[in-house]
Amino acid sequence: MRVADAQAVVPDLCLAAADPAGDRALLDRLADWCSSYTPWAAADDWMESAEGGGLWLDITGCAHLMGSEPALVADLTARLARLGFTARAAVADTPGAAWAWARFGAGDAPCLPPGGQDRALASLPVTALRLSPAVAAGLIRLGVKWIGQLDRLARPALTARFGRAVGQRLDQALGRQDEPISPRRPPVAHRVDHAFAEPIARPEDIAAATRGLLDRLMAVLARQRLGVRRLELAIFRLDATVQRLAIGTSQPCRDAAHLLRLLGEPLGRLDAGFGIETLRLAAVETAPLEAVQASLVAARAGGDGVEDMTHLLDALGNRLGFDRIHRFAARPSHLPERAVQRAGLAPPLPQADEGFVRARRPLRLLGRPEPVQAVAPVPDAPPLLFRWRRRTHRIRRAEGPERLAAEWWRAERADRDYYCVEDEAGRRFWLFRQGLWGEGEPPRWFLHGIFP
Amino acid sequence: MSSPSLIQLRARIAALEGQAADGTTGGLPLGVAEIDAVLPGGGLPLGVLHEIAPAALGDGVLHGAALGFAAVCLGRLARQQERTVLWVTAADDLYAPGLAALGLDAQRLLVVRPRNAAQAAWVVEEGLHCRGLAAVLGETWGLDGTAARRLQLAARASGVTAFLLNQGRAAAPAVTRWRVAPALGGDAPDHGALGPGRMGLGAWRWRLELCHCRGRGWGEDGIVGSWLVEWNDEARRLRMATPAGDRPALPVRRRRMGQG
Repeated sequence: MRVADAQAVVPDLCLAAADPAGDRALLDRLADWCSSYTPWAAADDWMESAEGGGLWLDITGCAHLMGSEPALVADLTARLARLGFTARAAVADTPGAAWAWARFGAGDAPCLPPGGQDRALASLPVTALRLSPAVAAGLIRLGVKWIGQLDRLARPALTARFGRAVGQRLDQALGRQDEPISPRRPPVAHRVDHAFAEPIARPEDIAAATRGLLDRLMAVLARQRLGVRRLELAIFRLDATVQRLAIGTSQPCRDAAHLLRLLGEPLGRLDAGFGIETLRLAAVETAPLEAVQASLVAARAGGDGVEDMTHLLDALGNRLGFDRIHRFAARPSHLPERAVQRAGLAPPLPQADEGFVRARRPLRLLGRPEPVQAVAPVPDAPPLLFRWRRRTHRIRRAEGPERLAAEWWRAERADRDYYCVEDEAGRRFWLFRQGLWGEGEPPRWFLHGIFP
Repeated sequence: MSSPSLIQLRARIAALEGQAADGTTGGLPLGVAEIDAVLPGGGLPLGVLHEIAPAALGDGVLHGAALGFAAVCLGRLARQQERTVLWVTAADDLYAPGLAALGLDAQRLLVVRPRNAAQAAWVVEEGLHCRGLAAVLGETWGLDGTAARRLQLAARASGVTAFLLNQGRAAAPAVTRWRVAPALGGDAPDHGALGPGRMGLGAWRWRLELCHCRGRGWGEDGIVGSWLVEWNDEARRLRMATPAGDRPALPVRRRRMGQG
């Protein structure tokens, strides 16, 4: 129906532009919120269809936490209603059957009994099978209106006429073919929840609850000899939004006090809104961490040094980002900019800088060599003067050339002839000449580094 | 010469300033006898704030002399304490082979790149609270007095030495303040290709000026001391340099004999 026709029927019609992206985001947020029922929650991909989008929750092994399946459905719809959503829910053995029953089934009996989808779906229209509109219309034109009729048709003829999708959807709905739900977030092996009887909002309460969660999670991890590398605190607010705070550690860690300190900074920026009803702490990434006696650690580190370092790195990494902290390590290459690489935070082997060349190297290496105008008396000589950043430097003494080339498998330009030069004020620079005389373009000079 | 009460008083002042009472331990000797004799306790005091500033040469072109001296200090400290040093950079252009050549090994160096000056001050202070570090160096442009004072307090509390590679105005609470200028390089062998003295740079030379040192007065020129030092690559330490040109050249004949 067009807008004009609709307005002719209902003159005071409220109009709103369709916002598929916004709807999708809302569904995703609701899916996150629903993860307090099950970790396997996802928004389905049928928002564009006439039947509208919905949420899929894999409640296998979760229903008993709410008492029973009908109790879970009742709780879910009641809570959604409180948030202002009118929802229809269905529970079935397969996602396809649940999808169909939620949209076309009887509203008074949302839960299909185990194995009951064959009978229940037989009387539903074929549009309940998540078929494309063209296929559904084609089936109806042939007189196949109900799923039960469709199931009795010969499969080869059906496939030849409408493609594989019809049979596949039918099998998925009736449980003959498996259909996994991809959760919005990968389920985490180690997580603990705390649901509050009354919503909390005070920072002290949140910190205390987080502390309790940390202690519980660390106890679980200690039994399995694991340490946290990434930790995520999910905050389920009263208004059905979920906030997630994540921290990382440079080393596997099981120190609840330290992790709480790291969480403290993002927690300070938390907006509790009207209150928080559930906190969930998940160890997203873990690594093996053997149980060690605290006294032995201290003895080995010669005091509190190593542990202090770990805490410092974690504090810096979580505030600035771990990519902004690095060490240097040698890399076997002759090109100066490739001879050094950034290494991770783990303490390197004792001989990490054995790989550096012994030749003169600058203290600062410009990220990109800056072109300079240089005057050299003869082609293969160091320059007499050069001009860099609008200043002319007369060269008093020079050393070189040191010819450096990229590896043969790299399609680099010409080799570079490096010179250490000293100007009349005693400043020392690293210049190089790229290119050779007599080969097309004349060579160009660049300034690449600054010596002590 | 000094009376017992004077010695006692000095010890009390030293304790107030956070230095060891006898003044002989806890310092970092620079390895140059002339400089260490001037410094209190025979070396750079540890657990305090030091400031190293590049001397302005008048034309605003950056030079690496102050950076080199800072690398030497950090390298000596890291080796002495066998701990890591934290370098808080302003620009991402430090080059590890050059630092390693001045004695600051890559395995003892941790580099942090903060996003802005406020974060840099926070990182330096956070580093100074960490006893696992030997020293923290921050590259700053004009730290205000309060921030510098916070760094000084943090350094004193933990015993971690703070260095400011300061391009701006001086930070008030620094215990020592150095101004480093590049100096014309040392003698190098003649290669003759481009005339005498054109080829070869010799050792890195710097003019070190100790502008301020707590407990030391100023000389007539307004600084505590000034030295021409050079980096000895073989011994991997600083040494006093003899200014170029004030040594009689060897006669040509003797030079040839020495070569043959």
